[in-house]
Amino acid sequence: MRLHPGAWWVWGLCLAAVASRTTNPLLLGLIVAVAGFVAVRCRQDTPWAGSYGVFLVFGLIVIGVRVVLHILVGGIEGPTVLFTLPRVPLPEWARSIRLGGPVTAEGLVFSICQGMQLATLLACVGAVNALANPKRLLRSLPAALYEVSVAVVVALTVAPQLVASARSVRRARILRGDAVRGARAVRMLLVPVLQDALDRSLLLAASMDARGYGRGAGVSTPARRLTGALVLAGLFGMCVGAYGLLAGDAPVLVGAPMLAVGAALGIGGLLVGSRRVHRSRYRPDPWRPVEFAVLGSGIAALAVTIVAEAVGTAQLVYASVPLTAPDLPLLPAAGVLIALLPAVFA
Amino acid sequence: MIVFEHVTVRYADRPILSDVDLTVPEGELCLVVGGTGVGKSTLLRAVNGLVPHFTGGRLSGRVLVDGRDTRTHPPRELADVVGFVGQDPLAGFVTDTVEEELTYSMESLGLANPVMRTRVEETLDLLGIVELRDRPLTRLSGGQQQRVAIGAALTAHPRVLVLDEPTSALDPGAAEDVLAALHRLVHDLGMTVLIAEHRLERVAQYADRVIWLPGAGAPPVAGPPGPVLAEAPVAPPVVRLGQLAGWRPVPVSVRDARRQAGDLRASLAATPVAHMTVPVTGPGAGPVLRASRVAVSYGQVQALTGVDLAVATGERVALMGRNGSGKSSLLWTVQGGGRRGGGTVTIDGVDPASLKPAKRRERAALVPQQPADLLYLDSVDAECAQADLESGRPAGTCRSIVDAISPGIEAGAHPRDLSEGQRLALALGVVLCPAPPVLLLDEPTRGLDYPAKARLAAMLHGLAADGRAIVLATHDVEFAAEYASRVVVLAAGEVVADGPARAVLTASPVFAPQVAKVLAPVEVLTVAEVARLMQERS
Repeated sequence: MRLHPGAWWVWGLCLAAVASRTTNPLLLGLIVAVAGFVAVRCRQDTPWAGSYGVFLVFGLIVIGVRVVLHILVGGIEGPTVLFTLPRVPLPEWARSIRLGGPVTAEGLVFSICQGMQLATLLACVGAVNALANPKRLLRSLPAALYEVSVAVVVALTVAPQLVASARSVRRARILRGDAVRGARAVRMLLVPVLQDALDRSLLLAASMDARGYGRGAGVSTPARRLTGALVLAGLFGMCVGAYGLLAGDAPVLVGAPMLAVGAALGIGGLLVGSRRVHRSRYRPDPWRPVEFAVLGSGIAALAVTIVAEAVGTAQLVYASVPLTAPDLPLLPAAGVLIALLPAVFA
Repeated sequence: MIVFEHVTVRYADRPILSDVDLTVPEGELCLVVGGTGVGKSTLLRAVNGLVPHFTGGRLSGRVLVDGRDTRTHPPRELADVVGFVGQDPLAGFVTDTVEEELTYSMESLGLANPVMRTRVEETLDLLGIVELRDRPLTRLSGGQQQRVAIGAALTAHPRVLVLDEPTSALDPGAAEDVLAALHRLVHDLGMTVLIAEHRLERVAQYADRVIWLPGAGAPPVAGPPGPVLAEAPVAPPVVRLGQLAGWRPVPVSVRDARRQAGDLRASLAATPVAHMTVPVTGPGAGPVLRASRVAVSYGQVQALTGVDLAVATGERVALMGRNGSGKSSLLWTVQGGGRRGGGTVTIDGVDPASLKPAKRRERAALVPQQPADLLYLDSVDAECAQADLESGRPAGTCRSIVDAISPGIEAGAHPRDLSEGQRLALALGVVLCPAPPVLLLDEPTRGLDYPAKARLAAMLHGLAADGRAIVLATHDVEFAAEYASRVVVLAAGEVVADGPARAVLTASPVFAPQVAKVLAPVEVLTVAEVARLMQERS
């Protein structure tokens, strides 16, 4: 069954928010497993269904990069020295930066956990990508954001076309003997590719205009200004609120309430703005009970984690000094498992 | 339905259309003809207001479509009256899949959901693309893409459909599908259709009226297809044949011509035709280009499966076959730049793929589908000088080749400002500069009018006579008839026919030129041949 992409995105972002609050490797592993299981169970036969694996590989690369960076530059240190790299002497003004030197087990574990956190965030996004086409999500945006969503869709379409045109220009360049080097060679590739991109965008714009894009936009200036102000204020509020919620150590008032106010302002702006665009939608994605269940399972997972953190029982942040085996905090783990529910009913 | 009143369009100070007065009544299929650069596209774009709202420039006079003035109605406000299909369907697609593309203009018009659902189904049926409903647009063939683009314009139920060169990129079979769909729209729904096209042999027979733009400030000539085309410098071979034989009225379709051709056929049947095919043997006699068991695959797709091709100096080979039958792959593999999965290719005994690009171009020259890809400098002179430098030839070599092909190209002109024919000439100059023995061309006739194609064919005859082997991929049957000494037909990565042009082109109706269809079983291919035979007889 194809669900509303918005439901999947909220579910995935909630899981990602849980991941962003913890560095506990067991909990992170659990999140990756939950996201992966749901992605594999619920995905449809679509071209983008394989994106979970791609994001997972990407996450492994991130962990690798994080570890290499730690070995080179250091960070957290501990008593268990594994090996020592020759230290690169730096001038006086850069004394706070270390290049080379001893590599400790504690530091290594810490960097792996941090890498895992990023990789888990990526895995959540990958799972959502496998479940819902981002372009379909853009289609369900409110009419006020229509122009923005079209711009994003066009950009997504143009990127592969640019690659194709760069390839054909490169082949043509070899036909001329590939004799030009350096700055002129860049120009030889860029000039035709950019010309092609410009031509294509003009053709696309002409085609969209000829097919009625942007019809009947007769709105008064005050209404437009009101929309703009509301949306901007709403976005600002949501940014601050999201920061408060994710940072964990911000004052309570900055978190959820700010997010709520921002969201309300933003929605108001969108409602006012939607009146100016006269458009209909073919086969709109409906919001059925299933969508709300998926949405709810994600939000519940996040809520349980926040509660556990507030109660203070959970070991969400894993301390690698001294080196100990991590415990699985029960309450947050139970919360993450709630997010597994979509695999059952969706 | 469409009224032009004293319409003049100028960009900067250059007039494109001057004082055009036209009326296209409802329910007509109207064909706009004229040479390259006479303003056909401008005329079409003026109908839905893209000219001047989108392109800029100045339009004086007035264009009325269904009573709406394009001065006060930009293209988006005309979207429910005029459907517009551009030259390259893929470039005009806004969405990803067929169904979404069909609904795009309806969503813009704000139609109710049930209306959209029924119209999508109707349109899928009308154009015969039901099975493509959920397919991604980029994975469709050229003919399918063109039909989807027409469908996307149709779902808004416009009264007028405007198409700019709808069949020029298609193989003969796909072009037939598209034209059949258009024919049905005109006859079943009474839609007014305005088409601009270079390949008149495909469309002229469907037209109710022809509008000829002579260019150079002369007023357009509109009227019934036969007489107007007979007067115009661009006309399909069947019209030229009719003029030559003095048939009245001048025929526009093969059927009309065949009914009048009885006498001519009888008189020509008495003359032997075989002597017209001059045997081609180069000085070396042996083939300069040998390809055997060439295989190419892209991922899972087998583009070529074991193709053999040997071409001797002086031969002019036409590679034909549907879109996607492997013509381009074969050209690129022979040149040495394309990946080869198996088999061997030698030019003068050397495998071009084993050579460095700079040495490779001394063996085989290739003009890609978009000749502009080869050009990157900002003037013709700079391109020529760079080509001389690249191939280590004395200064002026490239320019002299270009002048021999198409004299009088302005030295300071930007390559983008040249006409299609001139740009092709410049690209040929650039690749022929190192004097390679083999010349490969990929679809060179796109966007060329009849006189330009005739010049190209004559020029290729000259190059072959100078000791080159030429292989050219094309969909254009009429051009192949004029140019080729030998035709190779590819299908699904295999050679299905290979032989003298006369034998292959007269053997199947799909690849037969109009003259051959009219005069069958006499094996003549072009109007020029008929003229020569008639001369010999008298």
